[in-house]
Amino acid sequence: MNFMYSLIDNILPFEWTQFEYMKNALIGIILITPLFGLVSTMIVNNKMSFFSDALGHSALTGIAIGVLMGIDNYVISMMGFALLFALCVSSVMDSNISSADTVIGVFSSTGMALGIVLLSAAGGFAKYTSYLIGDILTVQPNEIKTLFFILIAVVIIWILFFNKLLITSINENLAVSKGIKVNIVKKVFVIIVAVIVTVSIKWVGVLIINSLLVLPAAAARNLAKNMRSYHVLSILISIFSGISGLIISYYMGTAASGTIVLVAAFIFFISYLLNRVHVKA
Amino acid sequence: MENTMDTCKCNTQIRNITVKKHGTVIIHDVSLDVHHGEILALIGLNGAGKTTLLNAILGTIPYTGTIRFMDSKGKKITNPHIGYVPQNMVFDRSVPVTVEDMICANMSGYPVWLGHKKDKILKAKSMLRRVGGSDSLLKKSIGSLSGGEMQRVLLAFALEPMPDLLLLDEPVSAVDRKGIEVFYDLVTSMRINHQMPVILVSHDLSHVAKYATRAAFLDRTVIVSGDVKEVLKAPQVQEAFGLKLSGGAE
Repeated sequence: MNFMYSLIDNILPFEWTQFEYMKNALIGIILITPLFGLVSTMIVNNKMSFFSDALGHSALTGIAIGVLMGIDNYVISMMGFALLFALCVSSVMDSNISSADTVIGVFSSTGMALGIVLLSAAGGFAKYTSYLIGDILTVQPNEIKTLFFILIAVVIIWILFFNKLLITSINENLAVSKGIKVNIVKKVFVIIVAVIVTVSIKWVGVLIINSLLVLPAAAARNLAKNMRSYHVLSILISIFSGISGLIISYYMGTAASGTIVLVAAFIFFISYLLNRVHVKA
Repeated sequence: MENTMDTCKCNTQIRNITVKKHGTVIIHDVSLDVHHGEILALIGLNGAGKTTLLNAILGTIPYTGTIRFMDSKGKKITNPHIGYVPQNMVFDRSVPVTVEDMICANMSGYPVWLGHKKDKILKAKSMLRRVGGSDSLLKKSIGSLSGGEMQRVLLAFALEPMPDLLLLDEPVSAVDRKGIEVFYDLVTSMRINHQMPVILVSHDLSHVAKYATRAAFLDRTVIVSGDVKEVLKAPQVQEAFGLKLSGGAE
């Protein structure tokens, strides 16, 4: 870690990088935003933004379960609940019922409400409000290590199974005809999203996690011509929003996660306008 | 009609297929054979269960009964390659996927978000040429293709790897007249050159009469099957489609 800190001191000798918590936050963002950029490409392609939103809301219940069970590290209980929740909701989506969005909506609000009720019963909800908007400035060095390994794992999975995921997202019958195990592919993807949401919710917050899972790819889609440019743009937009959002939040004294989302949203609107101009031309 | 169902050297043996959905029987007791080098047309009115049967063959829906695949020597194929050209494929047209992305994702494990290897691009070009498509299609996004272009891409996609059975579900419903002829000529040449067995679902009896070799008339089960000309002349078919096939059946 010391090496990373001195590296930051040398490359970025600015006021905002003087503090250790800002250095940690910066490294955290550099590790976590590519993850958002990567998975958001397929969340948007598969029209799963509602699903990832519900997943974020369910994290509250996960935390509450952790509190009730007396677990110190809420990530474990959140992860367990999020995986269960994700697999349930994805089964509902797979069942092809037309009201899938309603069912996800029900799951989503139940997850959120149950979390609020359990947490308030356990001793007042106020203690846990930080989970609603998150705080990237609380990233700890040992968490940075975890993030690093998750990033590596997700990239490896993305390399190994992306083609199958892509064909599945274009047309499931087509994928089945190629011998792709569509259900396994979809479940693996859902698990990846659940893991990323769980791990990052503490820093990004229940309320806006979904923006970071949707905005990078939504903006990239307005400009991309193929899968490669789609990925490159989505990842770059995500990293850029993360770093510039962090810097802006430091100087303006605002919450980092919200600022990051606003930068990403701003990029989205610009990309949208560029796309409109391009279509008309 | 045929009575040699259990002795013939066929490719695909469909026996007693029944599909139920929410307790309702969609198709029952469907038995059919598809031989090497022939196009079997599935005809029937809307809701007769044609697409359901295709889905059962693909394995996307649960069914009872058996479906067996054999090679030209009569040996059983355990993991058959099925080529599938869907009808009016529904997908998100704004998706940033090029034809190249789609074809390369199918024939290689190299993740297309990292780009494409040169030998794969060359192979993709030759696959497109095989179905009469030009190289310029590769860079187009799949959402911008015309109906005819899309069907060619899907056919190229279905033919890699060379399938043991080719399923065509209303393959030309979004294609103009000229494109339809080109498409069926391609399928016919595949059938003849590679002895490929084909199942074709079509509404259009004139296409069926012109390109299919055998036909099966489906109404929740097989009502008549056999040589295409005989099936089209069968009274049940005539009645169901409400026409005398004097004009279009040539």
